[in-house]
Amino acid sequence: MKIVVTAADDNGLKAKLDSRFGRASYFAFVDTKDDSVEFIKNDAKNASSGAGVQAAQTVADTGADVLISGNIGPKAFDGLSRTDLEIYSGPEESIQKVIDEYQLGNLEQLESATKSAHAGLN
Amino acid sequence: MKKLTVISGKGGTGKTTVTANLAALAQDLVLADCDVDAPNLHLLMNPEVEEQEDYRGAKLAVKDDSKCIDCGKCYELCEFNAVTPDYEINDIKCEGCGLCVAQCPTDALTLEKQVTGDLFYSKSAVGPMVHAKLKIGAENSGKLVSEVKENAEQLAKEEGKDLVLVDGSPGIGCPVIASLNGVDGALIVTEPTQSGLADLKRVLEVVDHFSLPAMVAINKHDLNQNLSQEIKEFCQEKDVKLVGEIPFSTTIVEAMRQGELVMDYAADSEAAEAIEEIWGKVKKEL
Amino acid sequence: MQITVLSGKGGTGKTTVSTNLALSLPNVQFFDADVEEPNSYLFIKPDFADKSKSVLRKIPEVDQEKCTSCRACVDFCEYNALAMLGDEVLVYPEVCHSCGGCKHICPEGAITEKDKEAGEINWDLEVTEELEYWQGKMKIGEESSVPIIEELKEEIKPEKNVVMDAPPGTTCPTIEAAIDSDYCILVTEPTPFGLHDLKMAVEVVEELGKPYGIIINRAEEGENEIIEDYAAENNIDILLKIPFQRQIAELYSDGIPFVEELPEWKEKFQEVFADIQAVVE
Repeated sequence: MKIVVTAADDNGLKAKLDSRFGRASYFAFVDTKDDSVEFIKNDAKNASSGAGVQAAQTVADTGADVLISGNIGPKAFDGLSRTDLEIYSGPEESIQKVIDEYQLGNLEQLESATKSAHAGLN
Repeated sequence: MKKLTVISGKGGTGKTTVTANLAALAQDLVLADCDVDAPNLHLLMNPEVEEQEDYRGAKLAVKDDSKCIDCGKCYELCEFNAVTPDYEINDIKCEGCGLCVAQCPTDALTLEKQVTGDLFYSKSAVGPMVHAKLKIGAENSGKLVSEVKENAEQLAKEEGKDLVLVDGSPGIGCPVIASLNGVDGALIVTEPTQSGLADLKRVLEVVDHFSLPAMVAINKHDLNQNLSQEIKEFCQEKDVKLVGEIPFSTTIVEAMRQGELVMDYAADSEAAEAIEEIWGKVKKEL
Repeated sequence: MQITVLSGKGGTGKTTVSTNLALSLPNVQFFDADVEEPNSYLFIKPDFADKSKSVLRKIPEVDQEKCTSCRACVDFCEYNALAMLGDEVLVYPEVCHSCGGCKHICPEGAITEKDKEAGEINWDLEVTEELEYWQGKMKIGEESSVPIIEELKEEIKPEKNVVMDAPPGTTCPTIEAAIDSDYCILVTEPTPFGLHDLKMAVEVVEELGKPYGIIINRAEEGENEIIEDYAAENNIDILLKIPFQRQIAELYSDGIPFVEELPEWKEKFQEVFADIQAVVE
């Protein structure tokens, strides 16, 4: 299974989960078959607008089965929910720990965005 | 580490004055001035700038005259009237959409990131301070605000400070949202005027969306007792905590004219006591 | 003639100056272009009744039948307003800047445009015999106020004395409000803050090449030098000083323009207008 975790750094399986989605530093792409991990730099972090949308595109393009992050805004969530990705919320722990918790079935699957729209308030 | 953002909705209610005085009471913290359009906190904190960085925000179209054949395609296509009739780019109007760049038959146009602001890392008497200034005519998308805030949080982590105090952005748009993102509480400084109340209502909607504990302080509360009362009732109804009331006082204005904090200028004044009370309650809430 | 009232920062008295000036002059068309937080209606008290119209802007609409998922539009969009998710192009109207680019870029002609409401304009043609009032208001959820200010400016009648309350600051919306004016009034107060923000406003009007003058709000004898010295050094006119008086502050707090209670001020604003006219002509 292929899992994408939003990461604050690129320190292998020790890297920490980044609770931001659109402005996360990296996406850790983990293949559970061999526990290999590959880091994709999140270009959306520096986008002036639509960071969540751009990040959703990047994650969807990896072809992963599962996404684990912290707070996902409604725009990104709406987009991701049109793909086959399953979305989970994880703790700010190491990627290894987050994956373990996921496999133990301890993570919460998200059915809706965890925070309100930015632009929706303007 | 706790993070508090001071906001106001309307300008001129005393947001920055309150922020600076709270900083003096809190001591040993990291300050962030997220009012990047019109930063003022440095005028009261007099920080020493240690590092200055260019901030690159928006992209703009840039023309290479040697390649341009004056075909006028860019002029025809631009929805922002940012191309003049003699095919020059008007930087103030250009929104960096890239349409002219994509459609130019001779590749005479490119999109280039512009320096649209300055980012400062400074040292103040109460701790490190991060601030910034957008250039004239730049677009305030909230991104520079996020950058200031995140850098301040990073510094607080590195230096083991317990508090990040953010002078928030005015208004109700993207910048203020960016200055509230991920903080532990919002202190709204308002005043008993019709405009103050109208803007308090709008900015509270923003805070509500973040499910943050919101606190309200009324500045110049005795200027209009009826409206002060109305604000208090409104807060009660909305379940927002009133943390203090500062009197309409010339002491604050005098201190400001000297570029000093009320806390230093007249520590025993009514105004100074009111701000101390606010700090006590805010600390408890956090 | 169009006069735009600006300040480097909110809360210095921009609305106080613009509304009191408007109420002191004949044949006025007033515009509240501070569309994020229009507050001048609290003082002028217009009756909008049903006088309102929507400000529309264009956003893309994708014909999924014609779309071949080539992604050219997604790659093109600088604002990340388009994404290719689950085999469909999704449009995010809130972040779209209405540049129209995707429509031109799409090789299949699958993108057309539709209208989105960006805000509204309200007006009252007869607040008094001498005063016509226009206000723009940005819709919640919009990112840019510029389209609303642009549309508001379409209503300008050049034969009138136009007074425009601009958004505070020095960024795009302020510039949009001031760019076509004949004269700019910069409102400030005699404090280090006031001077700092005044200098920013001066940068804006200098960049635009407009004639301008200063009104000092919350003025107090013995304190005004901070602004006066700066004005003298830079050869800028000081048009008026509005004193720091509790009565004026109280009237403001209740939404009462002070020229209504203190009519002698009408003459002072008329003199300001005459001075401006002389400069412009």
